[in-house]
Amino acid sequence: MLKIKIISILLLISLLILPLKSKEPSLLISEIVNEASIILSSTDPVESKIIKLNNIAETNVDINGIGMYTLGKYRKTLSEDQKIKYKKLFKSYFLKSFSSRLVDYSDPKISILSEKKINEKYTIVNTVLEETSKNPEIKIDWRIYTKNPDRPLIRDLIVEGLSLARTQKEEFKSILQNNNEDIDYLFKSLEEFIIK
Amino acid sequence: MKKILSIIIITTFSQLLTVSVFAGSDGTKEINNKSNSSKQNYEVKDCFETINRGVFAFNQGLDKVFFKPIAKGYRYLPKPIRSGTSNALSNLSNVITIPNNILQGQLKEAGINTLRFSINTTLGIAGIFDVASYYGLNKLDKEDYGQTLGTWGVKEGCYFVLPVLGPTTIRDSLGSMVNFSGGDAWYNVTVANNTKYFENSDYYFSRLTSGIDFRAKNLEAFESLEENSLDLYASVRSLYLQDRQRKILNLDETTETMNDDDWEEIDNQ
Repeated sequence: MLKIKIISILLLISLLILPLKSKEPSLLISEIVNEASIILSSTDPVESKIIKLNNIAETNVDINGIGMYTLGKYRKTLSEDQKIKYKKLFKSYFLKSFSSRLVDYSDPKISILSEKKINEKYTIVNTVLEETSKNPEIKIDWRIYTKNPDRPLIRDLIVEGLSLARTQKEEFKSILQNNNEDIDYLFKSLEEFIIK
Repeated sequence: MKKILSIIIITTFSQLLTVSVFAGSDGTKEINNKSNSSKQNYEVKDCFETINRGVFAFNQGLDKVFFKPIAKGYRYLPKPIRSGTSNALSNLSNVITIPNNILQGQLKEAGINTLRFSINTTLGIAGIFDVASYYGLNKLDKEDYGQTLGTWGVKEGCYFVLPVLGPTTIRDSLGSMVNFSGGDAWYNVTVANNTKYFENSDYYFSRLTSGIDFRAKNLEAFESLEENSLDLYASVRSLYLQDRQRKILNLDETTETMNDDDWEEIDNQ
């Protein structure tokens, strides 16, 4: 009995001291693409597909980080309560936008071409959305935040060289500039989008 | 007068070939674009935004009743016909790309594009078939006079929206004007000079078809953008400016499109 206990403890210790194997960014994208492909090609109802796609996004995308990035200089002027409200609204906005863009694809074929480490924090994974009878081939680059190698997170999609995060940031900036820099107006716009 | 009208019509269709974006401001707003690679700061004056938003809405309406339905119909054509049309138009664009390759000092690219144009125009039957790719001469990025001016250091100037034509900047408009001053061989042999081989209508038809081909390829992308934008005007403006910046700097698409300052700040919080 004592022997089994000792072995168990040793096993536990060995598991704890073993270095955690970090996830390669291209592997992360490969898993996400495969998972999304299974969901999209299934016969599940649309609502069910949206829930599953949102789960993938919540696990693998730095939604809070993107939300703060898209606020630009305005994030410095937010109170703590406003920050909490904004993060909540942005998350709902992001997930709705994300799933509605994807759900129209029945079975997207994305091939991983290469990956390029820019620095310790970022790696770019180059992929291509294959040509269909309707659409031309589209290059999609995934900007992966790798500061924590065990949990890489997607921070941007660069479609044919155009950054979605930057586009979003400039859109929010325009909304605020045209409405006396009133953050409540942005909140209202986000709320309207979420409930529509 | 007829010539001016022709130029206006042509510019319209040439604008349709670029990403449809519109912008402007009341003269005070600025968009800062930074490139990590070049470390240059760009300030684009978004001129006359109020008017531009009105023009943008007009263009959206025109697209809804004219270009979008035609583009949808074009999609019903068999794929080989659409691919052949797209190839032929792309081949024709080499007559603008090649001089711009030379003006930008891209002599290797000029050589490749010249070979591609020669092979595809002859063996590829007026560019319908991309035979050059079969011989390892892969398609390169298009270049235009607006991009050349950009590489020479000419700033964008005011960013504005033209009726029907869509988004542009002073620099890009000047670039388009070069096409009609002898810089576009296709325009020269169809409209500018009377030749027994081509009619004016050949040119206008090619421009219109290019616009429809482009629209047809992007039907879903535009729909998605429309559905998911809180401010479509601003999104389109951002995409247009990013696209032009990337093309002018011939950036590595993956690594140099973003300024990291904001991310650094967020990471350090």
